[in-house]
Amino acid sequence: MERQIRYQREANLEWAHQFTKQPGGERLLSCIQCGTCSGACPLSIYMDLTPRQIIALVREGFREDALRSKTIWLCASCYACAVECPQKISITDIMYRLKREAIQSNLYPKRFPIPVLAREFCEMVRRRGRNSEFWVVFRMALRSNPFVLFSMARTGWDLWRTGRLSLRKGRIRRIGELQFIPVASKEVD
Amino acid sequence: MEPPAKYLYYPGCSLKATGIAYEESLLTTLRLLEIPVEELPDWNCCGATAYMSVSQSSATLLALRNLALAHQTGIRDVLTPCSACYLTLRKSQELAAHYPETAKDVEQFLEQAGLPHPDSVRVRHPLEMLYNDVGIRRLRELTVRRLQGVRMASYYGCQAVRPYGEVDDPHEPVRMDEVLQAVGVETVDYPLKTKCCGGSLTGTIHEVGVRLNYILLKEAQRKGAQAVVTICPLCQFNLDAYQREIRKQTGEPIDMPVLYLTQVVGWALGGGFRELGLHRAISGRKLIEQWFTVKKEAETYV
Ligand code: SF4
Ligand code: SF4
Ligand code: SF4
Ligand code: SF4
Repeated sequence: MERQIRYQREANLEWAHQFTKQPGGERLLSCIQCGTCSGACPLSIYMDLTPRQIIALVREGFREDALRSKTIWLCASCYACAVECPQKISITDIMYRLKREAIQSNLYPKRFPIPVLAREFCEMVRRRGRNSEFWVVFRMALRSNPFVLFSMARTGWDLWRTGRLSLRKGRIRRIGELQFIPVASKEVD
Repeated sequence: MEPPAKYLYYPGCSLKATGIAYEESLLTTLRLLEIPVEELPDWNCCGATAYMSVSQSSATLLALRNLALAHQTGIRDVLTPCSACYLTLRKSQELAAHYPETAKDVEQFLEQAGLPHPDSVRVRHPLEMLYNDVGIRRLRELTVRRLQGVRMASYYGCQAVRPYGEVDDPHEPVRMDEVLQAVGVETVDYPLKTKCCGGSLTGTIHEVGVRLNYILLKEAQRKGAQAVVTICPLCQFNLDAYQREIRKQTGEPIDMPVLYLTQVVGWALGGGFRELGLHRAISGRKLIEQWFTVKKEAETYV
């Protein structure tokens, strides 16, 4: 069992403060801990920390606890919490920011598929301007857990036989324009 | 407001692959409604939730490039069928309009890339377009055939109805039900209609993703629906593709058609089986054939 006590000196309020400048996080400090977000979230029962707990940790500046939670990766960005929050806090956008920071500071379980998927996806889009669902999923599986390819084979076959599996890698013509989009900077933005 | 004379169509990556039936049925439906449409030239992937998880500013610029291209065509309304694309494009507009820092990045990017500012472009979703621009009355008038005695559950999913509330009410959307009823389909009360299906979780944290979809299908069945109707390629895929696995895991006999709204509407307007992509379903194929094969037309489907 992990240590459950947190000391105030471990809190990083400066870090917490950045969230209030994030679009959707402006009203973070007005959270009343009502738990509406956790109730609305279809994934909270699978999470290690509920959305309400994440908000509490972020607000108090407990950076590592928030960044290391599995919760942020289970969040499917469905905005159920955000539209229900009585204080109009966009919990979804706070989750997004935590994901970005966890990816940048490598604070996620090794071989964990979601950050790998996000990276593969962005890499492909930057190079080609489009994403091929098949190749992104394939490369993600190779990098995280090649064994899942066996269990995916059946779904792949179903898609193939209904003409829904495209192996083509599309590419946009004016790919040069994408070069002006900065590659994720060192700052969490 | 007067409906536009012509629409642009932003497919996104899914509608060219796993969601191809959505593209087929949308274009067929528009043809039957005599609404001109043109694919956005040289569109790029909107970035979806993945890009937002890596960089907010890059994600915004990536999405906005599409709107700048749309602006160049002179057509103002961009039909965006994928719910994730819809939300992403809308969000990029929202961020550019309300956050000075984002606006600065946007200015700089557009200038460097030699693209115009897309102020006047409107991101539209087919559900809301059918409801607002075509209208319930016209849909009713144009209906040429009805499905008798089939009950369906409208599944709105999450991203299209939230958070900007332009497609429908985020808490209690009803427009898909109204559109379906207009073309003669009976819909059931379906309280889970905006509960998320997990999106890409079926590919990443697979067990949880499948579980969510099991709950959605089971509840639709319990409410007396024989099919689920969707407006997003990823919702359709998730609900359609894992039913065999769900049967194996739970032992429950779930084999339900998961249709696109545009397939059902297109069929009611007189569209054919294959041009609506109805042959691309994985689950519930028998029922789909039984419902949508019209005797006198049967010989034209090879
Ligand atoms: S719903 Fe809003 S106010 Fe309530 S706990 Fe969640 S974030 Fe705080
Ligand atoms: S956006 Fe994330 S945290 Fe909010 S309800 Fe959806 S899954 Fe839960
Ligand atoms: S949301 Fe999905 S389908 Fe839509 S463009 Fe983006 S990646 Fe492609
Ligand atoms: S319900 Fe699922 S697939 Fe549909 S928009 Fe939400 S996450 Fe995406």
